[in-house]
Amino acid sequence: MDTLVIQILNSLFYASILFLIACGLTLVYGVMRIINMAHGNIYAVGAYVAAWVGIQLAQLPAAAGFVVLLVGAAAAGLVGALLEPTLLRPLYKRPEEYQLLITFGLLLILEDGLRLVWGPHPLTASALSDLMGSLTILGATYPTYNIFVILVGGLAAAALWAFVYRTRFGVMLRATSQDMRMAAALGINVKRVYVQSFTIGCFMAGLGGAVVMPISGAVLGMGVEALILAFVVVVIGGLGSLEGALVGALIVGAVRTIGITYFAEIELAVLYLIAAIVLFIRPAGLFGRA
Amino acid sequence: MSRPPVLAERPLTVRRLAGAGAILLVLIVLPAVLPVFQTLQVSYGLIFAIAALGFNLLLGYTGLLSFGHSAFFGTGAYAAALLVKYAGVNSMEAFLLAGVLGSLVVGAVFGAVCVRYTRIFFGILALALSQVLWSLAFKFFWVTGGTDGLRLPTPTLLGGAIAATLGAAGDKTAFLAYRYYYYVLVVFVIATAVMWVIVHSPFGKALQAIRDNEVRAEFVGVQVRRYRYRAFLISGAFTGLAGTLWVPLNGLTTPDILYWPFSGKIVFMAVLGGFRTFSGPIIGAFAFNYLETFAVGATVYWQLVLGVSLVALVLAMPTGLVGTASVLIEKLRRTSGS
Repeated sequence: MDTLVIQILNSLFYASILFLIACGLTLVYGVMRIINMAHGNIYAVGAYVAAWVGIQLAQLPAAAGFVVLLVGAAAAGLVGALLEPTLLRPLYKRPEEYQLLITFGLLLILEDGLRLVWGPHPLTASALSDLMGSLTILGATYPTYNIFVILVGGLAAAALWAFVYRTRFGVMLRATSQDMRMAAALGINVKRVYVQSFTIGCFMAGLGGAVVMPISGAVLGMGVEALILAFVVVVIGGLGSLEGALVGALIVGAVRTIGITYFAEIELAVLYLIAAIVLFIRPAGLFGRA
Repeated sequence: MSRPPVLAERPLTVRRLAGAGAILLVLIVLPAVLPVFQTLQVSYGLIFAIAALGFNLLLGYTGLLSFGHSAFFGTGAYAAALLVKYAGVNSMEAFLLAGVLGSLVVGAVFGAVCVRYTRIFFGILALALSQVLWSLAFKFFWVTGGTDGLRLPTPTLLGGAIAATLGAAGDKTAFLAYRYYYYVLVVFVIATAVMWVIVHSPFGKALQAIRDNEVRAEFVGVQVRRYRYRAFLISGAFTGLAGTLWVPLNGLTTPDILYWPFSGKIVFMAVLGGFRTFSGPIIGAFAFNYLETFAVGATVYWQLVLGVSLVALVLAMPTGLVGTASVLIEKLRRTSGS
């Protein structure tokens, strides 16, 4: 019984991190039709900044950790806000190969940029997760911080949903996503929508990196690893669909948790196999528009 | 989405043949003049050129951007290494055969899924499938050696026929810098000639028609999906061949060459040289190899150097080295002519 509870909580924990990364990837694709290969590195930026700020503020009470998380996310958002107008905007009229390539170049740059700034060793600041301790749910002992991460993921999903479907900006965003030229003709400032959605996507990824940092630290290569899993999530859920990202994250989270216990060797292969099967049956993913 | 002007028709004129012959002559003389290290660099360049040529049959001629060609390169490499480990075979020709056959099998399976899609979905799907192979090579360490990879002893070439004639047997450096260099060169020349014939054949023309306008190609009777599938197989076989050639040079094969950033490097080569020309990927493969060797040797931040070069390339020189050079030559000719 308690192993089952722990397994379920673990898969929810994975799912919430995965959702935070994948929602940005899918949002950017939905609005701008760009696959950002550097998205995983933005997630790593969130983790590194949060760890660094956490280390600087080590004297403050551990509750300052919440601020640290937000700083990490904000830093990632800022990186996004700077990158979109400078590097991506000149390429919208070019074939998509070039857009994919420039984000691949960005991936290489950010990967080494992190090493340049923070060195090759992992950074970690786990005061917040240490403070929270653990609690007992249905007879199973589980770290409170992981529950907190699950809540953050859930809240982020709800906030993003409300933002996209219940606000004025969300309407503009969806209009741009459906038909960019028509939206522009109707007076929507498409450039601004682009930079805003890219920033939101990066903010979410940064938040994901910041909340995972107290547990697994900020390490080089975490971005590329996260990107591969996020690809699986969006391919299963459907590129450009937020609901898809949520369902995909839950599926991948569950498969990973089961996989680590029962078929660790072929865990990633199974994930990609599921993605390939989904694509074979539903080419646009579970929730994607054909 | 509008695409830049396509490959100009380049007939095989006497002048172009003479140019190719001159380059070949230089390549034949090189090992006698260059230090061993530089000769090995040229070998790497030739091998990557075969991989990039194969890759470009998809990107440049069929209009499909594959971010999963590491799967083929890795299959070619592991086919050779596994043949040594499990069959005790040590003949280079057997390796090449196994590498090409292995890549064809992988291509047949992956292609069945991938060619149903185009554009970004094709690229991501190819990437996803290649990562299945990577994770298998990574996790099944008792078969593949895991991150340590598999070693490959010096293979016999042509059943040992040319071992006696060139250099002392058993000297690894002499082997790589002379006998193996010429072996690679011959394979490269054959592969390039075959690829030239393919892209100038009716089949190649059909691929270009698909790239330029899928709907029209379908209407004039090209079976789009079948042609894409064949292009995928051929492309994979070339890249697999390159992977097999690469292992003896590198000495061992590790999962790194199956990991998707390696696919990114193959894409980089084609774009660096210019994927809208036949020779672009060849030039790009050489240039990339030197750029990477230089960057890795000069700084630990070599990824930064590569990334900045790629971004600059995409922003400032989208037609690549060959495209930019031909524009410059054209300009010079016009100013001198007037």
